[in-house]
Amino acid sequence: MQSQESMFNLMMLPGMLFLLIFSYIPMVGIVMAFQDFSAGKGIFGSPFVGLKHFKYMFSLPDIWKIIRNTLTIAIGKMLITTLMAVIFAILLNEIRVRFLKRTVQTVVYLPHFLSWVILASIVVNLFSLDGSVNQALGKLGFEQCNFLGNNTTFQPLLILTDVWKEFGYASIVYLAAITSIDPGLYEAASIDGASWWQRTWHVTLPGMLTVILLMSVMNIANVLNAGFDQVYNLYNPMVYETGDIIDTYVYRMGLLNHQYSFSTAVGLFKSVVGMVLMIGVNEASKKFTDARIF
Amino acid sequence: MIQSKSISARVGKVVVYTLIILMGLICLLPLLNILAMSFSGSAAVTANQVGLVPVDFTLAPYQKLLGDEQFWRSFMISVVRVILQLALNMVLIVLMAYPLSKSKREFRARGVYMKLMIFAMLFNGGMIPTYLVVKRLGLLNTVWSLVLPGAVPIFNVILVMNFFAGVPKSLEEAAIIDGANPLQVLMRVYLPCSVPVLATVALFSIVGSWNDFFSGLIYITKVQNLPLMTYIQSLNVNIADLVKGGASADTLASVAAISNKNLNAAKIIVSTIPLLAIYPFLQKYFISGIVVGAVKE
Repeated sequence: MQSQESMFNLMMLPGMLFLLIFSYIPMVGIVMAFQDFSAGKGIFGSPFVGLKHFKYMFSLPDIWKIIRNTLTIAIGKMLITTLMAVIFAILLNEIRVRFLKRTVQTVVYLPHFLSWVILASIVVNLFSLDGSVNQALGKLGFEQCNFLGNNTTFQPLLILTDVWKEFGYASIVYLAAITSIDPGLYEAASIDGASWWQRTWHVTLPGMLTVILLMSVMNIANVLNAGFDQVYNLYNPMVYETGDIIDTYVYRMGLLNHQYSFSTAVGLFKSVVGMVLMIGVNEASKKFTDARIF
Repeated sequence: MIQSKSISARVGKVVVYTLIILMGLICLLPLLNILAMSFSGSAAVTANQVGLVPVDFTLAPYQKLLGDEQFWRSFMISVVRVILQLALNMVLIVLMAYPLSKSKREFRARGVYMKLMIFAMLFNGGMIPTYLVVKRLGLLNTVWSLVLPGAVPIFNVILVMNFFAGVPKSLEEAAIIDGANPLQVLMRVYLPCSVPVLATVALFSIVGSWNDFFSGLIYITKVQNLPLMTYIQSLNVNIADLVKGGASADTLASVAAISNKNLNAAKIIVSTIPLLAIYPFLQKYFISGIVVGAVKE
């Protein structure tokens, strides 16, 4: 079927052309991480400087700070989102009033679909010095706190607002996992006189375990993605100490400070580590479960 | 004994219902608060008196917004980019997913294409090299800079590919016996059976391009060409810049007074309406989409 295969190749062509132009050609541009790139001389004219930018990067105290921030924020989000999503799924499964169940689902999935640009204004409105949260604190006699300008509160704020946005959406797979548990197991547990806690602990949770593990393993591939959109829309120089992450740093160095080569070097470091993690995670989940990412 | 058990069960039920309603409210109230603010008088909003019900009810913020030319220009740019992105994504997804859903025997080059795509999904040139390509192509400050770099959403291609692979072979064979070529098979056999997954990826595409502000941030420098999210974001930053400049309490108070919080709230509401309009469809399809995507063999 030669003609069929050439037809297939023809169908692949437009998409592959786009990948060539917008994915593969930029990969060639990565050489600028090993150059002192200047826009005037271009990639072919700029002098090579070897690992200069990488050495410089690891000599900066900043890099360790942003790596630490990235990991703390990303891991915090994953752990708490997973925990909340699992709890939410288990609780929602107990709701017998269909109308309430549908309504709550509709509401908790919604924030996932809203942009951080929108949600950031809402967060700022609530948590700024003159925001509702501080007003409530004031009324209750507590000290007011500039959550968005304070290095101690900024990371928890990032983590909790992201959990708020994502736990509902994350719960979808866990709800699906619960519905696929054999109802016979629950009947057997009830006959044995198991309480709700015991049924949850010994039937529901073990039934969800594979999916929880799978999702957690897949999350590992994302530990360097702490959420550019969220951080960029919420942070300010007062909280760079705890709020600056790799992606925001690359953006500021590259497009605002025009350190093209240095910024590309930091980005390359992140991409390579990210790719290694992704492949490792995929191999691991192929080996230990039936599922894989690609 | 039985009595106490049913009481504890009843208490448990109350606790569960309370927690679930609480979680729902936590997600809903901040959004209702913004809605109420957009219908409230400027003074009440600045003084933070607005909870869930508008104070000094007024349509003034919306009337003012109607006169904001840049807002509507950016709104239209976002509408146009969503349409262009959707059309381009769907055509490319379908065209690529069909051949890739064939076995290696039927399509020998499949393995090479898959490797190229997965590598492009795992690894990228990064912000600056991509920016330079977009710049070199002369796309800066055009709507195409927002659309073309994301032309092939690889993950969605794989999602649709997996779905196509599950379409019964006999349907296709029957069409081929009738003399259909691969493109006709795709159009007449595969597409009609794949409405749910196509709707899922279409909705992902719409939400993604409507919400994206980053492309606008790096590729668009002229205010009049900004897509909506980047435009709103640029307004947020202006106010934040004043605040973070170490401004005194007096300055902060005056900034708050002139910052038109209720107008900003109206902007947020209006820019969310398109998403709310498609949300019922989203909800219908994304659940099946995410479950298929997450747990596939």
